[in-house]
Amino acid sequence: MEFLVASAIGVLSAAGLYLLLRLRTFPVIMGISLLTYAVNVFLFASGRLTVGAPPILRDGIDTYADPLPQALVLTAIVISFGMTAVVVMIALGAYLGSDDDHVDDQTDSNDASAEGTP
Amino acid sequence: MNSAGRAACAGVTFTVSLAAFIGLLTNLPSVLAGEVVTVGVDWMPVLGLNFNLMLDGLGFFFALLILGIGLLIIAYARHYLSRNDNMGEFFTYLLLFQGAMVGIVLSDNILLLLVFWELTSLSSFLLIGYWKHLPEGRQGARMALTVTGMGGLAMIGGMLILGQIVGSYDLSVILQNREMIQESPLYLPALILILLGCFTKSAQFPFHFWLPHAMAAPTPVSAYLHSATMVKAGIFLMARMWPVLSGTTEWFVIVTTAGLITMVIGAVIALFKHDLKALLAFSTVSHLGLITMLLGTGTAFGAMAAMFHILNHATFKAALFMSAGIVDHEAHTRDIRRLGGLRKLMPITFVIATLAALSMAGIPFLNGFLSKEMMLEEATHTVLFGVPWLVPALATFGSLFSAAYCFRLIGHTFLGPVRDDYPATPHDPGSGLWLPPAILVTLVVVIGVAPFLAEPFVKLVTAAVLGGAAEVPTAYFKIWHGLVPALFMSIAAVVGGLLMMAIFTPALRLWDNTPRPEAKVIFDAIVEAAVRLAQAVILPLHNGSFTRYAAIGSVAIVAAGFHAWSTGTLAPPTRALQAAGPVPVAGWLMLVAATCGLVFLHRNRFLSLILIGIVGLMVSIGFVFFSAPDLAMTQFTVEVVTIILLLLALNFLPKQTPFESTVLRRVRDAGIGVFGGLAAFGLAYHYLLRDAVTTPISEFHLANSYKGGGGTNVVNVILVDFRGFDTYGEIIVLGIAALLIYALTETLLNGPVRARLLNRTPDLPRAGDQHPMMMVVLTRVIMPLVLMVGFYIFLRGHNEPGGGFIAGLIVSIAVVMQYMASGFSWASARLRYPYHGIIGAGVLIAGLTGIGSWFVSKPFLTSDFTYVRIPPFNEFELATAALFDLGVFLAVVGAVMLSLESFSRLARRAHVEDSDHPMDIDPSRVDPPPFGAIAPKGGV
Amino acid sequence: MIHWIVAPVIMPALLAPFIVLAARYHIGIQRVFSVAGVLALIAVATGLAWQASDGTVTLYQLGDWAAPFGIVLVGDKLSTLMVLLTSVLALFVLLYAIGSEWDNRGWHFHALFQFQLMGIMGAFLTGDLFNLFVFFEVLLIASYGLMIHAGGTPRLRAGVQYVLFNLIGSTLFLFALGSIYAETGTLNMADLAQRVTLIDAEETVGIRVAAVLLLLVFAIKAALVPLHFWLPSSYAEAPAPVAALFAIMTKVGAYAIIRVYTLVFPPELEATAGLHAVWLLPAALVSLAIGMVGVLAAKKLDRLVAFSVIGSMGMVMVSIALMTPVGIAAALYYIVHSTLAGAALFLISDLVRTGRGSVALTAQPVMAGTVLTAALFFVGAIAMAGLPPLSGFLGKLLVLDAAFDSDMATWVWVIVLVSSLLSIMGFARAGAILFWKAKSVEVIDGTPELPRPAVLSYVAVGGLVTLLAAHTVLAGQVHGYTTKMAQELFAPTPYIATVVDTPGKLSKPKVGQETSQAEEEN
Repeated sequence: MEFLVASAIGVLSAAGLYLLLRLRTFPVIMGISLLTYAVNVFLFASGRLTVGAPPILRDGIDTYADPLPQALVLTAIVISFGMTAVVVMIALGAYLGSDDDHVDDQTDSNDASAEGTP
Repeated sequence: MNSAGRAACAGVTFTVSLAAFIGLLTNLPSVLAGEVVTVGVDWMPVLGLNFNLMLDGLGFFFALLILGIGLLIIAYARHYLSRNDNMGEFFTYLLLFQGAMVGIVLSDNILLLLVFWELTSLSSFLLIGYWKHLPEGRQGARMALTVTGMGGLAMIGGMLILGQIVGSYDLSVILQNREMIQESPLYLPALILILLGCFTKSAQFPFHFWLPHAMAAPTPVSAYLHSATMVKAGIFLMARMWPVLSGTTEWFVIVTTAGLITMVIGAVIALFKHDLKALLAFSTVSHLGLITMLLGTGTAFGAMAAMFHILNHATFKAALFMSAGIVDHEAHTRDIRRLGGLRKLMPITFVIATLAALSMAGIPFLNGFLSKEMMLEEATHTVLFGVPWLVPALATFGSLFSAAYCFRLIGHTFLGPVRDDYPATPHDPGSGLWLPPAILVTLVVVIGVAPFLAEPFVKLVTAAVLGGAAEVPTAYFKIWHGLVPALFMSIAAVVGGLLMMAIFTPALRLWDNTPRPEAKVIFDAIVEAAVRLAQAVILPLHNGSFTRYAAIGSVAIVAAGFHAWSTGTLAPPTRALQAAGPVPVAGWLMLVAATCGLVFLHRNRFLSLILIGIVGLMVSIGFVFFSAPDLAMTQFTVEVVTIILLLLALNFLPKQTPFESTVLRRVRDAGIGVFGGLAAFGLAYHYLLRDAVTTPISEFHLANSYKGGGGTNVVNVILVDFRGFDTYGEIIVLGIAALLIYALTETLLNGPVRARLLNRTPDLPRAGDQHPMMMVVLTRVIMPLVLMVGFYIFLRGHNEPGGGFIAGLIVSIAVVMQYMASGFSWASARLRYPYHGIIGAGVLIAGLTGIGSWFVSKPFLTSDFTYVRIPPFNEFELATAALFDLGVFLAVVGAVMLSLESFSRLARRAHVEDSDHPMDIDPSRVDPPPFGAIAPKGGV
Repeated sequence: MIHWIVAPVIMPALLAPFIVLAARYHIGIQRVFSVAGVLALIAVATGLAWQASDGTVTLYQLGDWAAPFGIVLVGDKLSTLMVLLTSVLALFVLLYAIGSEWDNRGWHFHALFQFQLMGIMGAFLTGDLFNLFVFFEVLLIASYGLMIHAGGTPRLRAGVQYVLFNLIGSTLFLFALGSIYAETGTLNMADLAQRVTLIDAEETVGIRVAAVLLLLVFAIKAALVPLHFWLPSSYAEAPAPVAALFAIMTKVGAYAIIRVYTLVFPPELEATAGLHAVWLLPAALVSLAIGMVGVLAAKKLDRLVAFSVIGSMGMVMVSIALMTPVGIAAALYYIVHSTLAGAALFLISDLVRTGRGSVALTAQPVMAGTVLTAALFFVGAIAMAGLPPLSGFLGKLLVLDAAFDSDMATWVWVIVLVSSLLSIMGFARAGAILFWKAKSVEVIDGTPELPRPAVLSYVAVGGLVTLLAAHTVLAGQVHGYTTKMAQELFAPTPYIATVVDTPGKLSKPKVGQETSQAEEEN
C-alpha cells in the first residue's frame, strides 16, 4: 500500500513537472494542479497510512488516523483552490490583452524600447 | 541667479572656510609644541569605526593647504563663474569637497578616512560634471569616479587587512606597530591594495590618464582639486603610512618606480600639449610622480624633500592654474597656438604666470628650485635595480622636460609679437581674479629667497611624517650648496630645456607622427566592453522565458535535495508494509492511467479537464479509503468548483494547445519530470516506512478534542480550534483571491480588453437550446435540497465529517447550478447578494469571534462551548467555534461566488444579449426564441 | 492577558474587510483608514520592539493552546525589529501610493495593502512552521493582487510568471512541511529544535532533505540565484509603490532563513551538519555578482533597481551564510539598509517615469522636477552602491569584516569589492544619462509637458532617504542592537523554554512527555 501511495505521488509529480514546462498557460496550470495533488497526498502521507479509522472519536475505539495532517491538507486544498482561481484569472487577462497565451515573455522587456505600463 | 545671490553664495562659503581656517590656526601653538590634538566620538565601536580626529604636523600642513588655497579659490571662483552658472550648486559641492578633504587629513581612524576618501571622489565627480551640457564633462566625471572609485574599493580591502593585522583601525595604534605589520604575511596584499588607492587618487602611472580629462571642470575646480588638494590625497596617505609601510624592498621598488615613470611621462606629454590646462594637468602628474618617488626612497631626507616640494608645488601650480583661467577668461581660448604676445596686453597676469612657471622650471631664487635641488640630491643617492645612474639620469631627464614646458608656457603664451586674431581682445582682469594668484606668487618668491623661513615648519611636518621611525635630517635649506652633483644636473636640465625649445617645432612634428595609446579611447573601450559583456551575460539569462526559469529551478531544487540525501546516513525501515487489496490497486491504476492520459492528451484542453477531474476524483476516493472523510468531501467539492472555473476560462482560451516544443525539448522536460518524480517517490516511500522520532503532537489533539474543543470530529476541531489561526488565514486567502479576481475583472472591463471581448466571435458551435428545460427544472427542484444538505453538513461539522468549508462549497455549487441552468442574468436578477458583503462579513465574523475571547481575558480565538437542552430535542451543543465556522462558511460562499460571478461578467461582456427567461424553450411563451442566435458564450 | 503582539496581524485583517464593506466606492475614506491603520501599526510595533529590547520573549498562545499543540506567536528582538521595519516602510509606501494616485488606478488597493501587511506581520511573528506557510500564502496572494494592480498586458504577463513561480515555491514548502512532520511529528519551531536533537545519527537523510527543502523555499523568497528569476520582471512591472513594498518581501525569506537556521538547524547540529556550508555561500556570492552585473547591464531604470535588489539580497545572504553571530549581526544591519534603499529607488524610478514618461536609459529631454529627482536619485544610488557616507558603505564594511575569518574570505572580499565597483559604474552611467545628458537634448516641439510628481510623492521618498540617513548616523546603536540580537539567536534556550514550557489549556507540557501528559488527561 505504501508503495502504491508513494508511486502515485511520484507519478503525479513527474506529470506535473512535465506539464509545468509546457509553453502555454493552460497546460502549465494543469501541471501546477497535478503538483498540488501530489503534494497534498504527500502531506497527508506524512501522518502515515491508516485504513478504516477516521479521526472521529467513538467510545471504545482508541486507534485513529493521524488527524493533524488531514487538517493541514484541508487547509492546503482550499488555499490552492484560491491560488488556482487567481492564476487562471490573471492568465486569462494576459491572454485577452495580447491574444497570446504563451507563458514565456516573447518581447524582451529588457529592451529599452519596450516600455512597461505606467 | 542675481548678482546679490551669487555674492551671498560665495560670501557664505568664504566665511565658513575662513572660520575653519582660523579654527585651524588656533591649534598652531600646540602643533608647534609637537603635541597631537585629538578629539573623538564613538560611531560604530563594535566594528572599530569611530569618529576620531587628530591634528599633528602633517595634518596641520595639509589642512593649511586645503583651507588656505580653498579661500583663494572661492574668491577667484566668485568672479570666474558666469551668471548662468548655478552658484549655489557649485559652492555646495565645493564645501562638500573641502570638508571631506580636511576629514581625510585629520582622520585618526582609517575606516573614517575611507569614508572621507570616497566622499572626495563623489564630490569631485559632481564638480567635474558641473557643466552638464558638456559631454567631455560627463565623460571626464565618470572616468574620474570609476578610476578613483576602483582605487577606493581596493583601499577598503587594504585598510581592513591592515586593521585585522594590528587589531585596531586607529591610526595612532597602527603607526606604533611597524614590525607587526611588516612581518605579517598579509603585508604585501595590504600594501598593494593601499597603494592602488593612492596611485589612482594621485594619478600615478598607469592610472594617470583620468586627470587630464578631469580638466573639463571649471578652472577653479581644476586649480583646487586637481592640482592643489585632492590629487595630493594619495601622497598624503603615503606620507601618513610612511612609518609603517615604507622601508621594505616592495615599497621601495613599487613606489619609486611608479613615481619615476610618472614624472618622466608626465613631463614629456606636458611639453606637447597645446591646451594650457592640459599642459598644467600633465605637469601636475609629473610633479606628483616626483613627490611619490621621493617618498618611495624611504629615507628621511626624501620624505623632507617631498614635504617641501608639496608646499612649493601647491603654491606655484595653483597660481599657474588661476593665470591659465584668467587667460581663458579674457582671451576666450586656452590653446597656446592661438595665443602669444600677451605680455603687453595683460602685464600683471604675465608677471604672475612667469614667476610661477620659472619656479616650476627650477630657476634659483624661486621656491621650486630649492625642492628640485633636494630631489636631485636624493636621486643621486638612490640605486634602483642595482643601476646607480638610472635614477639620477631619469630625474635629470624629467626635470629637463619640466623646464622645457615651463619655457614653452611662458614663451608661446606671453612672449612673441602681439596677434590680432584672439577670439577676444585680452586685457588684465579685475583684482578679484588676479589677487589670489598674486598672493601665492609672493609666497613663491619669499620662500625662494629666504628658504630658512620655511625650514622649521617643513621640518616639523617631516617629523610628523617620520613619526619616530627615523631622525629628522639636519640639512639646512639654502640656495647655495656648493658645487654638488645636484647643481650640475639642475643646470643640465635648464640648459637642456632651453635647447628643447629651440628644436621644439621638429620635435613636435616627430611627436605627432609617433603613434601613442590614447588613454581615453582605451578606457572608453574597456567600459563599453564591460557593459556589452554584462548585457551579453544578463539579458539572455533573464530573457523572460518562464519555462527555462522553471526548468533551472526544478533541477536546482532536486539536485540540492539529492545532495542532502546523499550526504546523510540511512537505516533500515521501522514500519511494516501494509498489504494492498485489489480495490486500492484498481484505484491506483485509474489514477496513473488518468495522469498519463493527461500528459499525452493535454493538447485537447476539454479532454484534459475531464482527465484532471478523474485524477481529483481518484485522490478524494483515496482519502476516503485512508480514513479521511473530511478531506474527501473537501477535495471533491473543490474539484467541482475548480472544473467549473476552468470551463469558464476555457471559453476564452484556445481549445487546443498547438505542437510547438521540439522533440529534444520534450525529452529534456520528460527527463526533468522523471527526475523530480523519482525524488518525490523516494522521499514519500522513505517516510512512509519510518516512524517520527517521537510521538506526533496529534496525540494531544485526539486526547483533548472532545474535552477541550467540544467536538468529536478531531479534524474539524483542529481546524476551528487547535489551529483556528491557520483557518483564519486560509479564509482570508480565499477572500483576497475573490477581491483580486473582482478587481482584475473590473480593470479588464474598463480597459482595451473590453473592445476585444465585444469583437470576439464564438469559436465553437453553440447549442441552440442554451438552457435545457430538464436541467432548469431539475436545478430548481434540488436547489432547496442542496441548501438543506449544506446547512446540515455545516451543523454537524464539529462532530461528524463536514464543517464550514464543505458546507460553503456545497451551497456555492447549488447556486452555481442555477447560473449554469438558467443563464447569468436570470439567476443574478434573482440572487441580489452583494458577494463583497458576504466575504467581508465572513472574515469579520471570524475575526470578531476570535476577539470575543479577549473579553474573558483569553487569547485570540480561544473557544468555549456548552450543551443546552431544549425539550423535546435532545441535548445539543453550542460552541463559539461554530460561530467561527460560520465566518468560514460565509467567506467561502462569498469568495467562490464572487469569483465565478466575475468570470461570467467577462463572459457576458462578450457580445451576449442573454435571455431574461429561465428557459430558452418555454411552451408557455408565444414568442419563438431566436434559434441559432448568437447564444451566451459561457453564459452560466 | 496582553494582546498587543497579535494586534499587528489582527488590525489589518479587520481593517481590510471593513474597508471592503464600508468604503468600497470612496477612495478618500479608504485612504484615511489605511493611513490610520498603518500609523496604529507603527505605534504597536514600536511598543513591541521596546518590550523585546531587554531580551524578553513574548509568547502568545492562540486559542489558549500551549505550544506545540496550538499555534503560538513569539515576539523576540528579531521578529519585533522586522515588524517595526515593515510598518515604517509601509507608511511611506502608502503615502507615495496616495500622492501618486497609484491607489486609484484599480480596485481594492488599500484592502489588498492591508492584507499584505497582515501576511508579512504574521510571517514575522508566528512560531509555527505550517502557520508560516499560511501567512506566506496570505502575503503572496495579496502581493499577486497588488502586483497586477491597474492591469495592463505587460504587467499581467509578468504577473502570470510571478504567480506560477511562487506556486512552485508553495508546493515546495508543503513538501518540506510534510517531510518535517513525518520526521519529527511536530510543526512548532521551538519544539522542532528539541526534537531534531533526538534524531539518531544512524538515519539523518530524512531531516537533512527536510532542512534543505525548507532552505530552498526561503531561498526562492530571498531571490537567491538560481531561484531569483522571478524577481526582475515582476518587480520592474509591478506598480512602483508595490515594488517598494516588495523590498520587504525578499527580507521575509532572509528572516526565515535566519530564524530556522539559528533556532532549529543551528550550524553545530550534527544531523544537518555541513549542509548550507557547501553551497549557500557560493550561491549568495553569485547572486551578488549577478545582481550588480545586472545593474551595469540594465537598459531601463526599473530593471536596474530590480537587479540592485537581487545584488543587495546577495550581500545579505553572503553575510547570513557565514552563520556566525558577527555575520548575522552584519546581515541584520544590512537588511534594514537594503529594505529602505531598495524601496526608495523603486519610488525614485517612478518619479522619473512620471517626469519623463519613460524609464528607458536613453537620452531624452529634461524631465519635470529634474532637480529634486536627481538629488534623490544621487542619494539613493550612493546608498545602494555602498558608497560613503550612507549605511550601504557601513554595511559593506561590516560584511567584509565579518567574512575575514571565513575559509572563503578571499572570494567574499573580491566579489563584494568588484561588484560594488560595477554597481558604481552602473549607477553613474544611469544617472549621467538620465539627468546630465538630458541637458544636451533639445526638446522636440509638440511634445506635451509632463506634470511634476506630486509633493506627497517627494515627501514619501524624502522620508525613506531620511530614514537611511538616520540608519547611518545611529549605525553604532543599531549595529550594537543587532549584535546583541545575533548573540541571542545563537543561544536560543530562553526562546525555546518560553515557548515550550508555558502551560496552556488542558496541558502542562514537559519536553518529550506530551503523550503521557495527554493520556493522563484522558
